[in-house]
Amino acid sequence: MTYHWDFHVVGQYLDLFLWGVVYTILYTTGSIVIGILLGALTCAARLSSWMILRSVARVYQELFRCTPLLVQLLWVYYALPLLLGMTIDNRAAALLTLSCYVGAFYAEIFRSGIVSIDRGQREAALALGMNRSQSMRRIVLPQAIKRMLPSFINQSVIQFKNTSLVSVISVADLAYMASVVNGQTYRPLESYTVMSLFYIAMLLPLTQAADYIEKRLQASD
Amino acid sequence: MSTRPTDTGPILQAIGIYKSYGPFEVLKGIDLQLTRGQVVALIGPSGSGKSTFIRCLNQLETPTGGVVRFRGRAIGSDFHDRGETVGIGTLRRNVGMVFQHFNLFPHMTALGNVIEGPITVLKKPRREAEEQARELLARVGLSQKCDAYPAHLSGGQKQRVAIARALAMEPEVLLLDEVTSALDPELVGEVLGVIRGLADAGMTMAIVTHEMAFAADVSDRVLFFDGGVVAEQGTAAQILGHPESERLRGFLARFHQ
Repeated sequence: MTYHWDFHVVGQYLDLFLWGVVYTILYTTGSIVIGILLGALTCAARLSSWMILRSVARVYQELFRCTPLLVQLLWVYYALPLLLGMTIDNRAAALLTLSCYVGAFYAEIFRSGIVSIDRGQREAALALGMNRSQSMRRIVLPQAIKRMLPSFINQSVIQFKNTSLVSVISVADLAYMASVVNGQTYRPLESYTVMSLFYIAMLLPLTQAADYIEKRLQASD
Repeated sequence: MSTRPTDTGPILQAIGIYKSYGPFEVLKGIDLQLTRGQVVALIGPSGSGKSTFIRCLNQLETPTGGVVRFRGRAIGSDFHDRGETVGIGTLRRNVGMVFQHFNLFPHMTALGNVIEGPITVLKKPRREAEEQARELLARVGLSQKCDAYPAHLSGGQKQRVAIARALAMEPEVLLLDEVTSALDPELVGEVLGVIRGLADAGMTMAIVTHEMAFAADVSDRVLFFDGGVVAEQGTAAQILGHPESERLRGFLARFHQ
């Protein structure tokens, strides 16, 4: 069988793809920003001396790390409203779920970065008379951030791809738009190939940058 | 801090220090008095508690019993001074520590390491701190290495930067925790030389060391730790020259082979 490629039909819907790209980028950056805040808070809670804080943080993390993102999206959009007795906007549900999901993973990246720093570093800072926040800010974090950066970028790249799942609750991201175009044109091969190319075009620079940063960091050690 | 009558007494004093990790008792009632300008050496087999004890002196370890007094006033559990008790922050600002494994900050240059305390803790202006740091690095023989990162320094150089870093806080007491134990033998001398210079200049120090000749040379008083107690103490000549107990004789014999 010879398939007759026809990108022209699909090309007519370029604006839909571009809108999809805009949404995908917005959901990615939005959830990463909120995820960093959630991750930092959760990480602080995990490292706290209060048992209750540690437990709450741990439960949150495991809840979101041990269920698939797709399941989380379905639950928050379809199940949670029944508990709350109010409907949730699908875009809000998407952003909330994406943020909580990535926040749980960021928290673990932050935490393992901080605890990987030799105990002697903190001791040296304290021995100079620094208080806990000074030793964290001036001594531990600068070293920990360097160590966590590769995993952080990696997780963010995964997050970028994960946003495609919000299409199942009808959020108009790139994946959703591709299926819309497919529905209009009956051209799945072209529609989904164009979508894939858009993802590659956006993610390839990011993964390359990640590799570059990782090499740079290794060089300076 | 104001001049107080107690300033003429011991500057740093430990009374009946106990420390346990779970059921394991590391320190079983240690007393120590450091008067201004005095150098005390703590010797003893590994695991006898001397490092744990010296870390209790600046509260890197919290003793499970006993009191540490600084300038005659008890150390509280708070970071800041509170009433008559001295805060842990105040104690550490005035009592410097040098570690066995240097613990230099790897993301800062030698100069960066030395100015870090004065700038962050003492809020000194950067220019002033840098000027002082250059003088200190010159004093430990490293004026050429101001801009070097710790990764590019030898063990002996790292330890001398660490000493300069502690001195930059202008401490009244310096605690040295096995500062030559992690060094290659040929680098031990350069570090001991710096410490001897400090002793000659009148610095008050508590030194945990395995260098017996050095201990004999610089210290006014030697404490022999064994099994979490001070088993014997006296002048360097008494302890190292005329040991009384069998344990101490056995311990010293290992250094004269």
